[in-house]
Amino acid sequence: MAALGGGYFKTSYEADLALVDTRLRRVALGALVVALLVLPRFASGFVLDLVSQAAFAAIGALALNVLTGLAGQISLGHAGFLAAGAFTTAALVERGLVSPLVTLPATALVGGVLGLVVGMPSLRLKGLYLALGTLAMHHVVLYAAGEMQARAGGNTGFTIPPPRLGGLVFRGTVAWYYALVVLAALVLFLVVNLQRSRAGRAWMAIRDRDVAAASVGIDVARYKLSAFVWSSVVTALAGALFAYHRGFVSVEAFGFFVAVEYIAMIIIGGLGSALGAVLGAAFVTLLPYVIDALVAGVSPDAAQYYVFPAKFGAFGLLMALFLLFEPLGLVGIWRRVRNWFALWPFRHRPLRASS
Amino acid sequence: MAQALATTLVVASLYALLGAGYVLVYRASRVLNLAQGDLLTLGGYFLFATAATFPGAPVLALPLAAALSALTGVLVYVALMRPMAGHPVFAAVLVTVTLGILLRAAIVLVFTDRTRHPLQNLGLSNPPRPLAGGAVVSTFDLVMVGAAVAFFAALFVFLKVSPLGIRMRAAGERALLASQRGINFHGVFALSWALSAFAGGLAGMIYSSNVRLEPSLGILGLRAFAVALVGGLDSLGGVVPAALLVAAVEVASVRWGNPLLSDVSPFLCLLVMLLVRPWGLFGTKEELERV
Repeated sequence: MAALGGGYFKTSYEADLALVDTRLRRVALGALVVALLVLPRFASGFVLDLVSQAAFAAIGALALNVLTGLAGQISLGHAGFLAAGAFTTAALVERGLVSPLVTLPATALVGGVLGLVVGMPSLRLKGLYLALGTLAMHHVVLYAAGEMQARAGGNTGFTIPPPRLGGLVFRGTVAWYYALVVLAALVLFLVVNLQRSRAGRAWMAIRDRDVAAASVGIDVARYKLSAFVWSSVVTALAGALFAYHRGFVSVEAFGFFVAVEYIAMIIIGGLGSALGAVLGAAFVTLLPYVIDALVAGVSPDAAQYYVFPAKFGAFGLLMALFLLFEPLGLVGIWRRVRNWFALWPFRHRPLRASS
Repeated sequence: MAQALATTLVVASLYALLGAGYVLVYRASRVLNLAQGDLLTLGGYFLFATAATFPGAPVLALPLAAALSALTGVLVYVALMRPMAGHPVFAAVLVTVTLGILLRAAIVLVFTDRTRHPLQNLGLSNPPRPLAGGAVVSTFDLVMVGAAVAFFAALFVFLKVSPLGIRMRAAGERALLASQRGINFHGVFALSWALSAFAGGLAGMIYSSNVRLEPSLGILGLRAFAVALVGGLDSLGGVVPAALLVAAVEVASVRWGNPLLSDVSPFLCLLVMLLVRPWGLFGTKEELERV
């Protein structure tokens, strides 16, 4: 019950730097890692595919969360970055450069340059105007992709062969499951560390008040741009992953609704929190399947007819409810529940940490 | 050439009605209503429903559908936008995005996603009309232009002359000062939303009579917000020239470019405007900062 007294007492720098600080958390994390490792032995291909999709969404949501949640720069163009990554990969594959060792760095480069270009207006524009700029940029990227798709012979998209690294071929549900989960964990680790680094603190300062941030010596222009570049590089790489994972790239997969979905993930999860981005990604990815099951359970005949509007509507309704009533998102709910148990029978944390 | 001019005018009328919707709402709530396109779709479906209820009686069906559109605007303000007062602007914009999603889901739920033609039940036809210079437009193209002209004329008179209109302008300039002078700004803002939804619904009724009615018409709204920004988000007078400009660019890019380019041309106008003059052609100049 040490937590009741108000705080953890850290007595060494190592303890302060540790990401996982208590024994309970170490055990829980270990259990999660083991569970994820052995899951393919027990779960069906469908479940593995769901987890893979959630992991993929988590990569994109974490990247968007750095830009919007940490640095406070609103972006409605996240789907554009994804499309840029996917189509860069497709263009290279089309020209015979199929190795991921070529495509991934190239995709990262394109993502970085695009992030720089989209980020430039953020030095002058704020709020609504910036959101509009990113939305316009999304449409321009989609236009370029559409032109490319039309030039390639008027077909419906590009087919991407599975990636090869030496003798290793990524193919099949299990291989992709491991690849995506490991990559998502890697990005999560990066983001958690970024949050407490110099850059992360600078981004949060800019989010809270850019004038104040500038007055304590933060180079606002540099850090705004670096947030855009960081986010767009990771998102473009996610786009390349999308291309390899699905094996098919087409403009239709990157509509405005995809950008809305990613924003919904970080809103529902909890803005500015890495855990929130992961939770939100899992939530938004799994929601349609849950509703599928519910509708099919209630009335199998009407399922065909009601499934699409029910999914779409439930998604909109949940997003509206979180915006109106729970701006802290799932993470906010989780913290409240945790505090309730930790503090019971009291309602509030002590005002001062007893020392 | 005459055909290009006529087409520009028709497209500009559609954009002007939608753009007026954006500007009215922006002046009331400082929010860009990304659901404007879905309010347009909803107007079309209201007409489809009223036409099915009163077949062959456009005198009854048209005003009823228009009234339902306006009522939707009031409901949106009361239920969604008033609670968002004081929240960050971005959250409010996202609420309008979710409103669009909800409207679209409701439309598919009630009407299914089949393509509809409200004119069949209305008992009206849409014959082509040759104009001077060899251009041909459909009857409802002309109705669209007429509706836009009538709407802007009525709005102009309302805002310039009537006491309520003057109050609306005052509340749009500075809500706090207006409320201190005794203006019921909640009422005025609800009216702004009603007018905005009415303009969108009107455009939707005419467009769906002219072309077709399906749940995905909302895309039109996304393209029309370029008009609101080019004219200036808080400038009603800027909507008309901006609509003409954006429509002209779009028609030109169909003529000399390709359909893909014309789809993106409003956004190119928007980007150019954001880079050169973010507050628009006629908007209030805002303090710009350089970092």
